[in-house]
Amino acid sequence: MENIYLGLVLSPLVGAILAGLFGKQIGRAGAHWVTILGVGISFVLSVLVFKYHVFEGAAAYNETVYTWMVSDGITFQIGFLVDQLTALMICVVTFVSLMVHIYTIGYMHDDPGYQRFFSYIALFTFAMLMLVMANNFMQLFFGWEAVGLVSYLLIGFWFKKDTAIYANLKAFLVNRVGDFGFLLGIAAILMYFGSLNYADVFAIAPSLKDSTVEIIPGSEWSLMTVVCILLFIGAMGKSAQVPLHVWLPDSMEGPTPISALIHAATMVTAGVFMVARMSPLFEYSETALGFVMVIGAITAFFMGLVGIVQNDIKRVVAYSTLSQLGYMMVAAGASAYAAAIFHLMTHAFFKALLFLAAGSVIIAMHHKQDIREMGGLKKYMPITYWTSLVGSLALIGFPGTSGFFSKDAIIEAVHASSVPGSDIAYWAVLLGVFITALYSFRMFFIVFHGKERMDQHIKEHLHEPPWVVWAPLVLLAIPSLLIGYFTVDSVLFGNYFGEAIFVLPEHDVLAKLGEGYSSEVGFILHGMMAPPFWLAMGGLFVAWFIYIRKPEIADKIKNSMQWVYTLLDKKYYADEFNAFFFAGGSRGIGRFLWRNGDARIIDGLIVNGSANTVGWISSVLRRMQTGYLYHYAFTMIVGMLAILSWYLFI
Amino acid sequence: MLSELPLLSLAIWVPIIGGLIVLATGGDGNAPRTRMVALFVSVVTLVLTIPLYTLFDINTPKMQFAEKSAEPWISAFDVYYHLGIDGFAMPLIILTSFTTVLVILAGWDVIKTRVAQYMAAFLIMEGFVIGVFSSLDAMLFYVFWEGMLIPMFLIIGIWGGPNRVYASIKFFLYTFLGSVLMLVALIYMYLKSGSFGILDFHTLKLDSLEQTLIFLAFLTAFAVKVPMWPVHTWLPDAHVEAPTGGSVILAAIMLKVGGYGFLRFSLPITPDASHSLDWLMISLSLIAVVYIGFVALVQQDMKKLIAYSSISHMGFVTLGFFIAFSIYDRTGSMSGAAMGIEGGMVQMISHGFISGALFLCVGVLYDRMHSRNISDYGGVANKMPKFAALAVLFAMANAGLPGTSGFVGEFMVILASFKANFWFAFAGATILILGAAYTLWMVKRVFYGEVANDNVAALKDINTREYFILAILAITVLFFGLYPNPLLEVMHPTVDNLLHHISQSKL
Repeated sequence: MENIYLGLVLSPLVGAILAGLFGKQIGRAGAHWVTILGVGISFVLSVLVFKYHVFEGAAAYNETVYTWMVSDGITFQIGFLVDQLTALMICVVTFVSLMVHIYTIGYMHDDPGYQRFFSYIALFTFAMLMLVMANNFMQLFFGWEAVGLVSYLLIGFWFKKDTAIYANLKAFLVNRVGDFGFLLGIAAILMYFGSLNYADVFAIAPSLKDSTVEIIPGSEWSLMTVVCILLFIGAMGKSAQVPLHVWLPDSMEGPTPISALIHAATMVTAGVFMVARMSPLFEYSETALGFVMVIGAITAFFMGLVGIVQNDIKRVVAYSTLSQLGYMMVAAGASAYAAAIFHLMTHAFFKALLFLAAGSVIIAMHHKQDIREMGGLKKYMPITYWTSLVGSLALIGFPGTSGFFSKDAIIEAVHASSVPGSDIAYWAVLLGVFITALYSFRMFFIVFHGKERMDQHIKEHLHEPPWVVWAPLVLLAIPSLLIGYFTVDSVLFGNYFGEAIFVLPEHDVLAKLGEGYSSEVGFILHGMMAPPFWLAMGGLFVAWFIYIRKPEIADKIKNSMQWVYTLLDKKYYADEFNAFFFAGGSRGIGRFLWRNGDARIIDGLIVNGSANTVGWISSVLRRMQTGYLYHYAFTMIVGMLAILSWYLFI
Repeated sequence: MLSELPLLSLAIWVPIIGGLIVLATGGDGNAPRTRMVALFVSVVTLVLTIPLYTLFDINTPKMQFAEKSAEPWISAFDVYYHLGIDGFAMPLIILTSFTTVLVILAGWDVIKTRVAQYMAAFLIMEGFVIGVFSSLDAMLFYVFWEGMLIPMFLIIGIWGGPNRVYASIKFFLYTFLGSVLMLVALIYMYLKSGSFGILDFHTLKLDSLEQTLIFLAFLTAFAVKVPMWPVHTWLPDAHVEAPTGGSVILAAIMLKVGGYGFLRFSLPITPDASHSLDWLMISLSLIAVVYIGFVALVQQDMKKLIAYSSISHMGFVTLGFFIAFSIYDRTGSMSGAAMGIEGGMVQMISHGFISGALFLCVGVLYDRMHSRNISDYGGVANKMPKFAALAVLFAMANAGLPGTSGFVGEFMVILASFKANFWFAFAGATILILGAAYTLWMVKRVFYGEVANDNVAALKDINTREYFILAILAITVLFFGLYPNPLLEVMHPTVDNLLHHISQSKL
């Protein structure tokens, strides 16, 4: 098996290297073929691995590939841990990646950086696989930063655009703030657990659950809480949780395929994956779980609200991604890790679909992204329309779609949870359903229905994009619609994850839900009577009413609630705050220290000051050596007198 | 057969004598031959230092490849010609010979005046630096240590920028004043022990006051070289004025002799003073990381920015070396301290590659545009895609991205300092944010965006020679990032030995 795992990880890397270093030699077609082949092999092998671990029930694979270094008796390794959780992740990652690779052939068709783009997305696939297959914290951090690097390169792919290079720098730095906490968390793990290997750390965890640490002298904190919150800060960066969410909307400056792959389906969910992977640690700290849940709830609710007022087609989807990431975190905080991963999977499909569909619209609209200039696209782009509808229904959790199962499970799980903060979180995710439906169908109706607001030139050229673009849409629409139905049984309520996810019995909300669960159909029927369904329908209806039936209401509401609108339009002023306080503040501190510390005190006062003092003293002393004989004679006489008087009088 | 050669002597004297021969090749009319001879000498030296690694016994902390003259070199003071290396010196020697080859290549057709003197200065410098790293006699060490200043002084003073006189004098006085106190300390210990052997100093009994004074004397010498805050202000000036090759040697090698000095002298000779003054070292290191990180953020001159970044990164070196005692005080054992010291060593080596590469990158731009101001650039990636790709890689390495060598040392030191105190790790880890901020912000302003002006529009991508130099460095940076173990293996016994030594009080 080891060769299969290695091949699975390395084949995208080989593709990336070939396309990146020899892009000119192999040409455009060569570049997309090697990378698609690489990722394709990876996908096939992932399916094999999935079959091996899930259907054949093979035990988890946990082996070292090579020793990175040894220091102080601690071995740092590169190695793989493959269990049910990993198997699911690699299938999702490689499938979405493969779809995006194919889609890119069409989307980036005229771009001069064609080969570079394929090289990057293949490299991303490699990095993401290393992340999810890691068997230790160091490699996790490797993958973590490597996906961040590729994200940086891809957001700034069009490096001539000022907004793009601003966005990629911002994304990298905000992620670094998260990594700052993450790295400290890793350091804490090494210190208190004595190892960075998951297996060792998880084995020791129960014995350390009552340990305390003293970070601020005089106050004892639970070790598990400190470790988990530090690690979670990393997840907040990568999975764009409030207040580290600010980079994700801006990341839409990158080409649409990577928004689908990196900023919706895979990389941004790494934080959720990490929390699920670390469930043997998080389970021992209710404080940390509560923290995760509250942060997730804030993100889910408030980011969804912003989505309602966005007019850029990609930004609406981006805010929806933020909100859905919040849902996943809430699930993780409720100890319903399986539901979090389940939602991660369904979301990967339908959100990648929505992004790619948005990209398809963007191509048709000649790279215009403002939804106010669209409308009535249904009749020009039927495939995009129907697949978007599937994606949107899945997103709002329409009964039967994959998103329904995962989202409903999350809401129910939070309802059943007793972790501190679960009351607020419940209301946030519940009302979030209404908001989700509102912004999703607001966009859907404005783009595909209603008046055709685009100009004549664009209208004449409107048509369905080539098959490389629409085929991935169809292929993603299938799992968006169906995968929930076929997997809910085992993933949520069965023992799909086995040992891979650890839940303490008293936290096991999914088991509680499972008691009331009979079958998929029962779940659907039950869902249709529960509040989330009615909230979703309400949202859908309101969207229809405002944006199709009576479009003039929208402006009326906007005008009557001006301050709310402005607050949302400005995204709660988070960007302004960060730009002023953090970016401006750091530059201010830097300038102050440089001008005063370095230039004025050290160089001015001490270095040049002492040089000047020496110069001044010597200029005084120099006067004594005038070269006139009578000066010297006079000095001798004075000196002699002084010595004589010394001897005479003392 | 190879092991019977006096490899260390050869590594010292081949470049020095080779440098004299290069000098003799004469005027600039002869420049092509001068360059070939210089390159030949530097490559021979590199080849001579490779057996130091391949024949190195990684299981002993003893000094290897030792050479000691039977007769004293200066009999009146019992000064011997005594050489030998351990796991600290060996990697630094190879770094030196490796970097010198690249520097000779980097100056290939950039330096057009006084070519012979330029090349000779670097070769002689190389010999002196290898001498510093391999001396086991304190006087011999001191001679090489001071000798090293002369070629550097000339390099900045002759081939430097407009403000070169101020910079070279500042550089010289700063470093010279620092080392005078070290000389006093060395002589004091000679008078006390009757020997100038560094290893004899290690076992010399010294009381608390003596140790403190000797420690502070060494500190002034080494802190200036590293440089540590607040004696760092010569470095930005020196870098700005130095020619590209000078900056590379300065950053990649000269700074390392300071760090090496702490390991060879301060820690083993004055362990108790190191212990009682470790708070000072740790504070200065953390100030360097944070304070200098902020200062780097607002630099307008690329070379100054990288110079400040160097200071900030070197803070990790001294932090890694001196957290051992805090770990010992807190946990009662030295377990964990080795990672700090090894991390500091790795950081030194890696910083040699990365900062060298970054200065070479600035050199590439400076050769074409004669400006180091960030604001004169913009959109360079449009015109120099190959170069931009390499520069972004080095920038990422400077920001400590995993997979590059820049990550390894920082990672190890942060892990180790967490054991000493949460807040040390906390302050140190800010480099993750600050380092990325100043480096990538510079990348954004220089490389990305639309072509900023006609000068940028006229830029030509790097030629084969430049590509070769940067590619070699890129491979090195990636290799040690993906597989640092070979570097660490060679120092384990040396580090363990040092830790064992410093955990025993001399009082």
